[in-house]
Amino acid sequence: MSEKNLKVDIKDLSVEFRTDYGIVKALNDMDVELEEGETLGLVGETGAGKTTTALSMLRLIPNPPGVITGGSVTINGKDILTLPEKDMLDIRGNVVALIFQDPMTSLDPVITVEEQIAEVVELHEEGGHQHARDRAREMLELVGIPCERGKEYPHQFSGGMKQRVVIAIALACTPEILIADEPTTALDVTIQAQVLEMMRDLRNKYNTSMLMITHDLGIVAEICDKVSVVYAGHVIEHGTLEDVFDHTRHPYTEGLFNSLPNLENRSEKLKPIKGLMPDPSNLPPGCAFCPRCNYALPICETEKPPRYYRNDEHYVECHLYNEQNVKEGKVIERADYNE
Amino acid sequence: MAKKNTDIKKSKGLFAEAMVRLRRNKGAMIGLGIFLVIVLIALLSPVFFDYETDVIKQDYSQVKLAPCSDHVFGTDEFGRDILARVCWGSRASLAIAAIVTVIALTIGAVLGSLAGYYGGKVDMVIMRIMDIFMAIPGMLLAICIVAALGPGTEKLCIALTISSIPSFSRIVRGAVLTVRNSEYVRAATAIGSKDMHIIFSHVLPNGLAPIIVQTTLRFATIILSIAGLSFIGLGIQAPQPEWGSMLANARSFIRDYSYMCAFPGLAIMITILSLNLLGDGLRDALDPRLK
Amino acid sequence: MIKFIIKRLLALIPVIIGVTFMVYFIMSLAPGDPALLLLGDDATPEQIAALREEMGLDQPFIIQYGRYMVNLFKGDLGTSYKTKNAVSAEVFSRFPNTLILAGFSTLISIILALPLGVFAAVKQNSLFDTISMVIALLGVSIPIFWFGLLLILLFALKLGWFPVSGFNDGIKSLLLPGLALAFQHMAAIARTTRSSMLETIRQDYIRTVRAKGLPENKVITRHALKNALIPTITVIGLQIGGMMGGSVLTESVFAWPGIGRLMINSIQGRDTPMVLGCILMFSITFSIINLIVDIVYGFVDPRIKAQYK
Repeated sequence: MSEKNLKVDIKDLSVEFRTDYGIVKALNDMDVELEEGETLGLVGETGAGKTTTALSMLRLIPNPPGVITGGSVTINGKDILTLPEKDMLDIRGNVVALIFQDPMTSLDPVITVEEQIAEVVELHEEGGHQHARDRAREMLELVGIPCERGKEYPHQFSGGMKQRVVIAIALACTPEILIADEPTTALDVTIQAQVLEMMRDLRNKYNTSMLMITHDLGIVAEICDKVSVVYAGHVIEHGTLEDVFDHTRHPYTEGLFNSLPNLENRSEKLKPIKGLMPDPSNLPPGCAFCPRCNYALPICETEKPPRYYRNDEHYVECHLYNEQNVKEGKVIERADYNE
Repeated sequence: MAKKNTDIKKSKGLFAEAMVRLRRNKGAMIGLGIFLVIVLIALLSPVFFDYETDVIKQDYSQVKLAPCSDHVFGTDEFGRDILARVCWGSRASLAIAAIVTVIALTIGAVLGSLAGYYGGKVDMVIMRIMDIFMAIPGMLLAICIVAALGPGTEKLCIALTISSIPSFSRIVRGAVLTVRNSEYVRAATAIGSKDMHIIFSHVLPNGLAPIIVQTTLRFATIILSIAGLSFIGLGIQAPQPEWGSMLANARSFIRDYSYMCAFPGLAIMITILSLNLLGDGLRDALDPRLK
Repeated sequence: MIKFIIKRLLALIPVIIGVTFMVYFIMSLAPGDPALLLLGDDATPEQIAALREEMGLDQPFIIQYGRYMVNLFKGDLGTSYKTKNAVSAEVFSRFPNTLILAGFSTLISIILALPLGVFAAVKQNSLFDTISMVIALLGVSIPIFWFGLLLILLFALKLGWFPVSGFNDGIKSLLLPGLALAFQHMAAIARTTRSSMLETIRQDYIRTVRAKGLPENKVITRHALKNALIPTITVIGLQIGGMMGGSVLTESVFAWPGIGRLMINSIQGRDTPMVLGCILMFSITFSIINLIVDIVYGFVDPRIKAQYK
């Protein structure tokens, strides 16, 4: 594992939000490893802590109420949690860029689109304002917006175009690491495909390492090399796309797949995961998924499951497994399961 | 029937939650506490001070006494006890403000709901008239009315009510509009609920939050206006005690008897402060978005 | 934009007509015969009757109002019962003083309140925030006229730094009444600025800007402030009405030779035409300032500017 060229290495990261209504544990020993040039999918339900993970990589978790209580975030070999704010500014937007979830609210309503893109260029590149504006126009064309429209304000743009602008801002300084936080959730399906296509092209063009945060397994299959499945602020299964899709181990991951409609057999009933995410201010002591799990054992209620490796990359955290049966699978059933 | 029950439960739940937030808000609780004390003083002042003998009776043997054990707040230029007058003064301010608020809010609520709920021509006519009222600054409108009608308590009430109606109807209209355009009211319309049912069970409860907050703050403004108008001689007339007119009298003696200016002013400020604290707390409690 | 301004200026005309109608109507309820008041008690009934006819007092109300309006457009606001001078001359000679006082107060309240509110929001829950918000809370609670009296007591009577009243000493005379009038508005503006700033810095687009690597001070000055200014301008606009009511009280406390004090004196002297003239002057100014506020909006918020077509 040591020869991995890690761009991002998050280890045992724990984040709490201390609110009036109690302590919300958003991340609980979260792990993320992102290699150079690779795209990692971070999959989970709303509230699983995906966005918090993304923000932690830029050290932008709002404090108060957010507090990092443990773990480390290493980017390009530097522990960014201890970095002075000045150095952090050089990382934001330049080394690590973030595409936000909601394009409707992610752009400053009172500043022209062009200026918003130029701003990030001016911060990180030499050449002054004129260069930054030229670059901004270039970026607009790159994401498929005629550069004359740069003089307009966000309210004059549609949702899809705003997301393109957000992407243009993120890519303007050709970052080494791009975090896309549900970049297509707020968009129409047809626009989603366009935006994804564009992101893939740009990633290939600049060899960007990418963290794709999504709850959409279709997007993962489309664009990711590896997948981490997140539940209650913790990775419960991780592996390559093939590992996780074809050799699914965790009952939760299986549940995610079963929740997808099967287009080949449309008479088949969906099998949704029962219940809801546990309240992050009151997590169960054992496996966080236990209350919703069809396979739960008595031990699941009291003890956190250890990590079992199926191969160098693929691991699962679940009491159903041991060193042997994790390799064989066949513990859980899946509709289209073909081990 | 069962559906109705859950409705009620839900709105109660929201309100109870707001109350919990309100109770947690230290400022709001202090404000409420002070305000209740002031109300209590207003209610009980006749018990402690007799109007004829303590409040308005002039006593030239005790003129302009600085605060002492007999007269904790001192006496004024006619030898009247300032403490008694300040306490009695709260009665005038609170009573007038309460009457004005209730009447203006009722009229404003009717006009505002009509304008907001029905829209179109009704809205246009009502709001254009309100616009003209709003084109005159509230205090000046009140001054204008008092100037025409002459000073006096009832006339002060009329003036303040008229000048408060436009802002109340605006607030109510705004609240009604926001709620009316919401999905759940559209849903209620879609399942065929009657207008009145929608207004009473959806629009008003949901639009209530800003109305409550604004009413609290408006109540404070009205108390300030009463004092202001009385200060310039257009409000409550002598010898009836009122904070603003007490200040107007005391100002002639400010150089040598500054304590006479202190207490009525403090009384106004503490009253307004308590209402502002309460209003801020209510706003935070009813609008969790801003936390 | 120019089209919008012209449109709004034209829209002012019906408002002003409405306002004059209302004020004229209200003031016509005032007791007393204007002719009698104008001529004095020793006038003969014949003289009074002649003047009533000349003034059109025997005509129906609407005709009287029409006459008043025609004269108003000629710049004639009638004759003072008291001084027998033209109301317009007296009002116009006093009006600049009111404008100076209100303008000065508006200026200092905005200049002090904006940085105060921004700083308090940025340093939320700090000592600075707590202290300045307590002061602001006191500021919105203190009655203007009492605060004015306290200022006089301390700075004019005890310390003798400033004159007690009047406008004979230039900026020195202006400072105390200006501060008295400004304090409440400063407090209100600072409170709004703080709360809208707090709301703004939690917006997604501010997060976007931070993710660009912009230093926090520039995040505030370049992005947050401009957005937070929009609700602040609304409040400044709403404050203007209060500012005018406040200026009447302030002028009364400081014996300031403006139209507020002129109006109060005229009310006490039952000088209806003068009162009417003063209130009209206030209302017209108020409408014009509201228009200016709307225009400023357009400069700050492109979404509003887009509606100004």
